[in-house]
Amino acid sequence: MSFRHQYLPHTDAQRAEMLAKVGVPSEEFLFRDIPEKFRNPKMTLPPALTEMDLVQELRTLASKNVVPGEYASFLGAGASRHFVPSVVGALISRGEFLTPYTPYQPEVSQGTLQATYEFQSLVCLLTGMEVANAGMYEGASSLAESALMACRLANRYTVLMLDTVNPHYREVVRTYTEPQGIRLEVVSADHLSLHEDYACLLVQSPNFFGSLEDLAKLRQETAAKGMLLVVASDLVPLAMLKPPGEFGADIVVGECQPAGINSSFGGPYVGYFTCKEQFIRQMPGRIVGKTVDTQGRTAYVLTLQTREQHIRRERATSNICTSEALIATSMTIYLATMGKQGFRQVAEQCYHKAHYAASKLAAVPGFSLVPSGTGVFFNEFVVRCPLPPAELNRQLLRNRILGGLDVSDQVPNGMLVCVTEVNSKAEIDTFVKAASSAGAHR
Amino acid sequence: MASSPRDLHYSKEHEWVKIEPDGTALIGITFFAQDQLGDVVYVVMPKVGTKVKQFAKLGEVESVKAVSDIFSPIGGEVIAVNDQVTAKPETVNADPYGKAWLVRVKPSNPGETRALLSGEQYDAFLASDAAEKGH
Amino acid sequence: MTSQRIDERDNRLLMDRSAPGRIGAKLPPLDVPAQPLPPQSVLRADLPLPELSELDVVRYFTRLSQENFAVDLNFYPLGSCTMKYNPKVNEVTAAMPGFSAIHPMQPAETVQGALELLYQLQGILTEVTGTAGVSLATIAGAHGELAGVLMIRAYHMARNDTKRKVVLIPDSAHGTNPASAAMAGFQVVTIPSDKNGNLDVEVLRKAANNELAGAMITMPSTLGLFDPNIVEICDIIHKAGGLVYGDGANMNALLGRVKLGQVGFDVVHLNLHKTFSTPHGGGGPGAGPVCVSERLLPHLPTPVVEYRLGGKPEYILGRPPKTIGKMAAFHGNFGVLVRAYTFARALGSDGLKQVSGDAVLSANYIQASLRDLYDLSYDRRCMHEVVFSARRQKAQGVKALDVAKRLLDFGIHAPTMYFPLIVEEALMVEPTESESKETLDRFIQVMRQIAQESKDTPQVLREAPHHSPVSRVDETRAARQPDLRWKPKR
Repeated sequence: MSFRHQYLPHTDAQRAEMLAKVGVPSEEFLFRDIPEKFRNPKMTLPPALTEMDLVQELRTLASKNVVPGEYASFLGAGASRHFVPSVVGALISRGEFLTPYTPYQPEVSQGTLQATYEFQSLVCLLTGMEVANAGMYEGASSLAESALMACRLANRYTVLMLDTVNPHYREVVRTYTEPQGIRLEVVSADHLSLHEDYACLLVQSPNFFGSLEDLAKLRQETAAKGMLLVVASDLVPLAMLKPPGEFGADIVVGECQPAGINSSFGGPYVGYFTCKEQFIRQMPGRIVGKTVDTQGRTAYVLTLQTREQHIRRERATSNICTSEALIATSMTIYLATMGKQGFRQVAEQCYHKAHYAASKLAAVPGFSLVPSGTGVFFNEFVVRCPLPPAELNRQLLRNRILGGLDVSDQVPNGMLVCVTEVNSKAEIDTFVKAASSAGAHR
Repeated sequence: MASSPRDLHYSKEHEWVKIEPDGTALIGITFFAQDQLGDVVYVVMPKVGTKVKQFAKLGEVESVKAVSDIFSPIGGEVIAVNDQVTAKPETVNADPYGKAWLVRVKPSNPGETRALLSGEQYDAFLASDAAEKGH
Repeated sequence: MTSQRIDERDNRLLMDRSAPGRIGAKLPPLDVPAQPLPPQSVLRADLPLPELSELDVVRYFTRLSQENFAVDLNFYPLGSCTMKYNPKVNEVTAAMPGFSAIHPMQPAETVQGALELLYQLQGILTEVTGTAGVSLATIAGAHGELAGVLMIRAYHMARNDTKRKVVLIPDSAHGTNPASAAMAGFQVVTIPSDKNGNLDVEVLRKAANNELAGAMITMPSTLGLFDPNIVEICDIIHKAGGLVYGDGANMNALLGRVKLGQVGFDVVHLNLHKTFSTPHGGGGPGAGPVCVSERLLPHLPTPVVEYRLGGKPEYILGRPPKTIGKMAAFHGNFGVLVRAYTFARALGSDGLKQVSGDAVLSANYIQASLRDLYDLSYDRRCMHEVVFSARRQKAQGVKALDVAKRLLDFGIHAPTMYFPLIVEEALMVEPTESESKETLDRFIQVMRQIAQESKDTPQVLREAPHHSPVSRVDETRAARQPDLRWKPKR
């Protein structure tokens, strides 16, 4: 008798009927093209579990983690915890959003297609850019793809990046650019010397350390050298700050996670990717366009596909295929729900709470703020601690606090603190008090 | 299929070239080429001033789900591109031998047309090629 | 006077559904003193976002969802995509707060459960593929492919073997293969298939020279065929100094039947959203782990989870010594990895072997039941998917496209069409192990009826689908006049 399982509907009697129709004596017979020497290897996996035991097993693993929410958390650096209204989870867990493939058959995929068109629209509204694609894997690879695109557009093969860009992003840009013979130079904004060999300048604003960069100045300077300006930005700050599009950025990319997406230990997230309309033929990724059906009704469809790998193969703008459609829909539902007022409120509370936390921490003896960029920060900032941040974090953990990120490899005794609307005043005050006592007991 | 115009020269890659009285040459793609592609949605043109060798890549023509390279049937310097086609790619489907010329070239060696097919030869080539591919 | 026709589908976009002042959510009042604002020059004047009530949002997106076809609704035989059932328990485990709420930068000692899960999954995937190690950091199939070819590049560079610029790819390959190779800086050379649908070994032999970096091979191929010469193929590539890349898109045919690592593959990526049942989400998220042989271990993308003994035993995120680097900011699509782990634990070794057995049997059953009406491009038994050619129907004036669109009218998703490129009028059908014989029998009946319709009433096929939310769409207009976002009405 065969292995019985709720995922496997064939009965043994049916298997026998099907084998007869195929005209083979056994299932084994169907695998005969596999060289005999390698056929049916021994495979030893952990034993199968019934659903009851399976859920228990996973619950046990999950319980070994410290969970933000149960603990206060001040971790950011590319992902952060925010309020997500219940409608997001309720809607994206519908099987009709969860279980289709890429919308290749537009007649039966209008839901995903229209939701994606909404995603593109909202991303453009927030960034102030002309066109957006249907989303990339996540923020860092979006930035890497933007560097490749800028090189194709400028026909120049050196990329300049500010040293205030998230170091993980920097590493991903290097992974993507180096094999294509593209030089990556990383510089400080204070020692910027631009010339005509550079394809582009990659900037993050707010940057890794939380501060805004002087986009107006950088736009002017890059334009003078015929360089493209690429800006990476998370979405939440854009609810309050002047968007990169208004500064004339050529490509704007970033991470959508803070807008309605679980932090989920780093993924799945979704990156957004926007550019000026004139550059669209070099844009990577899928794009949804609006059109009509044979009866003149509004319909949406994947468009401008000749850029993509399934048509242009080795000459495609990117190899990207399956991306993060469902997560893009999460962001879309989140923004639709939070809306004009709610999303602004999120950004403003992030700003005020972070500045409150920063002023309180800076007042603790031994702690001081470390400015970066223009010195204006949004909801993340670096504080120099009187003790190694790792040590401080261990003490905070005993107070049920996940402290900020240890960035002492970049700023001596530096801790990158992120504060969002979910951090209550009580949490912030406890953090400050615990930090103060840890500092005092040194 | 109607026969191809007799006053043009053709490449086996389905481009045509017409030598004008002033010695310049117009280049386009054939009826057969546009028919194979279907609705043309975009044309990638070379920049004015580009120098191109005979049979080297000149540009690209795209339908919804295919991209075809355009190879220059004659060498020379691009002295004009047809902005009408860039703005309205459907012209390539509507009038491939007329309004949908793609570029005007100043030939470096007008004698290169000897390596091309006449209208009769191109029609014969299509008939044999089509027969071979079973169309 | 003409009266304006009311749109039956109420197709207004979010911004057109807005009413100024309406809200869909609100936060508790700010509980800290307001802080000084930054200079006006960096603040935005207006925030143009929708203003909807919560119910507005629920209705709009629920209605949109109802215009989607999905695995949860009916049979989805989309070849090469492995549209199997996505078990609901996967969603329950991935949503546990201990997984869904943890931050990627938490100290290792606070995420030992997550790291243990990843470590266990690494073990499962290397065991399934017969490889020495794996990185779970790549978050889609094509992302894994890119990491794979980058490792091949890193391997040759580390040996100062800098001449190797060429990657061989069969003509039946998925477009991501050549695109990934090009992104890694390689030149692509295409190898044709022979008359049986196998790789042309003689052409391969001639192409395998000292400029060969490697070959990217999908096994079974996109024709749904297992190449019986695979050992020889790997041998030829290895003898020329190249490495063998395996595109694991079709792993559903091989679970427990063969380990590609043992056959000679040096790197294999898996699509967990195909073989390991994680939902496709309308085009992601996926996960594309890369499994490697011993010699590529040092080059794996960062991170790889390691188990450290000594002092306090713990799991950590490790950095392989000669890593190609990071492919994304964090550690991969963890939520997808939890689902894949859940699936593997639900089935175990015997269950996964039954998965491939049933998937292959079902595809062959469809092949046997339709081969009298639809041509086969290669007349041999298939693995987990069968590629038909609608060339007989084409002679009747009906294309593969029309057959596929007509299936939609019967509540069945279209197969993959016009791929692989080497098959004329291709229709690629992959039933997966999830579909019952009754479902397959209905599909067969419908396909037989469509074959009859293509003779009797071809117009019905050419105008299909007839019962979907929209009919065929004008893709030409979409491409000629791109309309890619909402714009305010003037």
